Amino acid sequence: MTCQETGLLMHALADGELDLTKSLEMEAHLRECQSCARAQKEIHRLSNLMKDSSLRFTPSPTFEKRLRSAVRRETKEKPANAKWWRWSLVVASLVAMVLAVWAIVVILNRPSSDTLVAQEVVSSHVRSLMAQHLTDVPSSDQHTVKPWFDGKLDFSPPVKDLKEQGFELKGGRLDYIASRPVAALVYQRRQHLINVFVWPAKSGSRSTAQASVSQGYNLIRWTNSGMEWWAISDLNLAELQQLVQMLQG
Amino acid sequence: MPEQSSSAGRFEAVVLPHLPAAYNLARWLVRNDQDAEDVVQEAYLRAFKFFGGYRGGESRTWLLTIVRNTCYSWLQRNRSRELTDSIDETHEDAIIDFGNPELRLVQSTDAQMVRAALTELPLEFREVMVMRELEELSYKEIAAIADLPIGTVMSRLARGRKRLHSLLATRMGIETKGGAA
Repeated sequence: MTCQETGLLMHALADGELDLTKSLEMEAHLRECQSCARAQKEIHRLSNLMKDSSLRFTPSPTFEKRLRSAVRRETKEKPANAKWWRWSLVVASLVAMVLAVWAIVVILNRPSSDTLVAQEVVSSHVRSLMAQHLTDVPSSDQHTVKPWFDGKLDFSPPVKDLKEQGFELKGGRLDYIASRPVAALVYQRRQHLINVFVWPAKSGSRSTAQASVSQGYNLIRWTNSGMEWWAISDLNLAELQQLVQMLQG
Repeated sequence: MPEQSSSAGRFEAVVLPHLPAAYNLARWLVRNDQDAEDVVQEAYLRAFKFFGGYRGGESRTWLLTIVRNTCYSWLQRNRSRELTDSIDETHEDAIIDFGNPELRLVQSTDAQMVRAALTELPLEFREVMVMRELEELSYKEIAAIADLPIGTVMSRLARGRKRLHSLLATRMGIETKGGAA
């Protein structure tokens, strides 16, 4: 590198604007050439002198205050801007409304916990008929069925034999509904099998029986003496209600 | 209205912190307190008008570009004489011999003298010197703000330094003589 080439690069070096290769070349030259080294030093001196001389002008606090309020005034006098903001506000509220409606629809369409339980009850009933696994303890004797659940459940299901009223107890079975083990009592009315599911109710409140139909099966649910009951069968509703009344009694 | 003040709030948060840099640049370009305040205020109102077009990035460079343009329009209107004697852009005096004289008295030099010398520099040199030495902007930022090629920024800086150096050397010589007499 010659002194002719160093002219502008000298400044770029002092300002830290050279890449590494050029910096090294320049530094090598400055070690060789006294007059360039002196010039580099003068550039640094001048820079430091300017920095040490407190040459910066600072705005007065009153001006800053005045400027701030001028900006605020300007922002209020901008009808075009306001219109733009109003439109975006309209769009934003429309979007919010659509979202709200969508959320409500989703919430309303979400199956309630009762519906979910009813589905499980139906599935369980269908499976019990399908898989030749109707009962774990085939007995028409309530004094056989009830003790059989001991140790298998954390509650003791009420078991009634209603043979004389036309509902023969066929036995009991362990099942799993609503995320807990439950007792399934199986009754028979003529050719119709009836599953009665029992588990402890969440609230001890006594609620009247509610009937519903799902996949062609009649379902009746009620709570009684702290238990949640579900009866399901392809039996007609009137006769199923008879059974429910006897179980409630 | 609330939606307006939030836009103004964002503007204030992004742009007001650069007020010291904006004011310093304007003050060095128009060389008067009152005029600098007027120009800065005008620049801020312009900046707010264009704020919708500001897409993030270096907000200081963005604002200083507007401040510089506002200064130039102001000079055009009020001091067009200063803009007419435009400098010669040749690079001939960019190769500088700083060797003699040295600013030996530098540390003890009165800051007032440096200030006066910088004020005397032609506008084109003064602005790059102020942006580089006082605001410590990079060549790239100066090039963006002044809308100049980087090569021109470099040569103006080199020539500005040389002029300032010789101005100071002369003044120091005068001071020294004056002190001796």
